[in-house]
Amino acid sequence: MEFALSEDQRLLADSIKSFLDETVPLDETRKVATENDTAVKQRMTEGLGALGVNQILVPEAHGGLGLAALDAALVHEALGFAAAPISFTGTMMASRAIAEAGTEDQKADWFGKLVNGEVRFGIAMTERVNVREGAGLSEEDGKLSGKALFAFDCDDATHIITADQSGALYIVAADAAGLTRNDMPNIDRTRMMSELLLDGVDAVRLDGENEPGNAAARVIELGRVLLAADTLGAMQNMLDQAVEYAGGREQFGRVIGSFQAVKHMCAEMVAEVEPLRALVWHAAHAIDTDPDEGPVLACLAKALAADSGQFVARTSTEVHGGMGFTDLVGLHYWFKRIGLNRQLLGGPERVREDAAKLQGWAA
Amino acid sequence: MDLQFSAEYETFREEVRSFIEANRDKAPTYADKGMKNPKRLAWQKLLIENGYAARTIPADYGGYGAEPDILKSRIIAEEFARSGVPGGLAGQGISMFVPTLLELGTEEQKKEFIGPTLRGEIIWCQGYSEPGSGSDLASLKTAAVIDGDDYVINGQKIWTSTAKYADMMFCLVRTEADAPKHQGISYLTFSMETPGIEVRPLVDMTEAAGFNEVFFTDVRVPRNQIVGKPGEGWFVANATLTHERGMLGNPNAAVERLFAIADIMHKETLNGERLIDNPVFRDRLVKLQSKVYAMRANGLRITTAATKGESAGLAGLIVKLQGCELNHQLAALAIDAMGELGALYGQSDYLRDDGTWQAKYMFDLGLIIGGGTAQIQKNIISERGLKMPREPKVQKQAAKA
Ligand SMILES: Cc1cc2nc3c(=O)[nH]c(=O)nc-3n(C[C@H](O)[C@H](O)[C@H](O)COP(=O)(O)OP(=O)(O)OC[C@H]3O[C@@H](n4cnc5c(N)ncnc54)[C@H](O)[C@@H]3O)c2cc1C
Repeated sequence: MEFALSEDQRLLADSIKSFLDETVPLDETRKVATENDTAVKQRMTEGLGALGVNQILVPEAHGGLGLAALDAALVHEALGFAAAPISFTGTMMASRAIAEAGTEDQKADWFGKLVNGEVRFGIAMTERVNVREGAGLSEEDGKLSGKALFAFDCDDATHIITADQSGALYIVAADAAGLTRNDMPNIDRTRMMSELLLDGVDAVRLDGENEPGNAAARVIELGRVLLAADTLGAMQNMLDQAVEYAGGREQFGRVIGSFQAVKHMCAEMVAEVEPLRALVWHAAHAIDTDPDEGPVLACLAKALAADSGQFVARTSTEVHGGMGFTDLVGLHYWFKRIGLNRQLLGGPERVREDAAKLQGWAA
Repeated sequence: MDLQFSAEYETFREEVRSFIEANRDKAPTYADKGMKNPKRLAWQKLLIENGYAARTIPADYGGYGAEPDILKSRIIAEEFARSGVPGGLAGQGISMFVPTLLELGTEEQKKEFIGPTLRGEIIWCQGYSEPGSGSDLASLKTAAVIDGDDYVINGQKIWTSTAKYADMMFCLVRTEADAPKHQGISYLTFSMETPGIEVRPLVDMTEAAGFNEVFFTDVRVPRNQIVGKPGEGWFVANATLTHERGMLGNPNAAVERLFAIADIMHKETLNGERLIDNPVFRDRLVKLQSKVYAMRANGLRITTAATKGESAGLAGLIVKLQGCELNHQLAALAIDAMGELGALYGQSDYLRDDGTWQAKYMFDLGLIIGGGTAQIQKNIISERGLKMPREPKVQKQAAKA
């Protein structure tokens, strides 16, 4: 038994982290959030692309790195830590979709394009989890119609992976005729969500799966783990910032970190962060290796990240006093990142219901 | 225990109700923006004339001049909340400065400021916190030095809500540099247009620029613009802080909010099911209802104590802590109930209630911090309420080590 990252995994995490440390200081995140500076965004996306982030989940046989969900999760942890105003969740979920549901020809074709950097994927699968406002897509003669809400990474994607009501997966071109994309601005100004309206849009069905819905479930399971990892990274940063601030700020002639009330807030945050880190790693490992426990662990990790994340987000803000509430220290970028992740691919109540169902505890 | 109001009060309630129904169309709405919007000021005037705002403030000072009657004030608050029609203006001038002047101001100050403040013609901001002095407010450094008939102020305030729009500031300054920290503070008032004042807006996490940094460079304020005596500012300020904490965590607002959320849960559906039919979300709602009703009943207890001139004790001390937390949790439920759509913030066809629930969720966290943080509230509850020993004072060097 060895519950630990491998040497390679540590190196991967470190290289992503140091790239982000250099490339994504808070000022750059601000530029994207407040001025929608696409040049900054592109530079970050390309830099991480050069480190191979797009290819992490692409099998070696198709020219990718052939790494595991745990590696993808480590990348997300680093992205969350940096509050990076870019996202690879779509591309990673797409890799999973193609691997699970693509035919051999489709794999060769799309993985090839992904490795070449020709394509960048968004994901429109919210309706596999939560249907609101009559959303959902249906297919007729190879064309998709309907609407998808809260699609992510679609604002700068070339292609979008989506599912119809049966759960079958499709790829559509982001500029296809009949497809309209509308912004859904949300609290996290670093990640734009989208409404997609489809009216007879040409779609490539991923034809390699026998039972529609299985691959979609695997894609969502991965997405949930990645979002949990992203929240974990954001929590770690908020905790670090709180500890640092508490060590410097003085009131009543003492550093506030010497007040037990403040120390306890920090200790309680650690007590949320550490178990979550272990659960996220376990879940990420298990969704590749343990078909029984993996799906359940993915739900549990997503739900715990939502709740622990919420606690750390507000507690770190409290440690910063009035400063935490302003834009000055920018703490709110992490706060809002955690807030958005909480709602994506199912809030905690919704995800726990899936966990109960998977274990036969609910109908 | 008797929860019935006597006939006199029931009659009064009827009067309030018929006033509201008869005048509803004159009330300003969300769309009537701006603190000095004519519709808002006209509404305030009408409310004062009828005794539904500034009720117990003497007519000489521009109030309605009724005998204090806590139950009647409560009935007014309840009926306005129930009807969804805005009550009298609030804000730091009316809720904090006016009560302070009534208690500690000179006759001249009362005559000059209370009337226009009540009518909404003078907007006030509270200049207390400084970059180095938040929880430890008494350590404030902004200095006011006597020069002839004036104080000359130099220094900086921060987190000053509404300073950008305010006409006047009530401000704490250090006048006696050598006195022990609580005894060297004075309470001054001055126009925000006094030369030497610079206001820089601060953006907060809701993206609004609700508060500000205020810089003072050789700002001259006549010596008679002090409230209380020189060196007594801490005492004067504590009179207002008590009023502020009474204002934060108001249970009537939580009751309103709870029903607004119940309403959302009847309207919103998730996977074809109304949220109110989802046992998990419904349980969260009802769980919060217990807390909201507990705080409402706690409020009745406080009201009763006040009518008898007694202190509400612990029941009063916990209001800010619990009330602000509860409001934050209510907003969290509204967001979760709307799920993905609850995360929206900014123009979208799917945005609910103008994004107000996210704004509330963040702003209420601000209120958990502002006006005395939750941790400071807990210190006050344990030390003053439970008479537990104070934390020993630690030498500065030791604390740093
Ligand atoms: C929304 C909002 C509106 C505001 N409006 C105004 C206004 O109009 N005018 C004005 O003057 N000010 C205003 N403030 C400022 C507010 O009063 C201060 O932010 C607050 O008192 C806390 O001070 P601080 O921000 O300096 O935090 P700090 O005092 O630095 O506190 C940082 C952390 O240390 C903890 N801490 C400090 N001392 C102790 C202790 N003894 N024991 C245990 N823990 C401790 C705190 O609880 C907090 O977690 C506002 C603040 C907010 C958030």
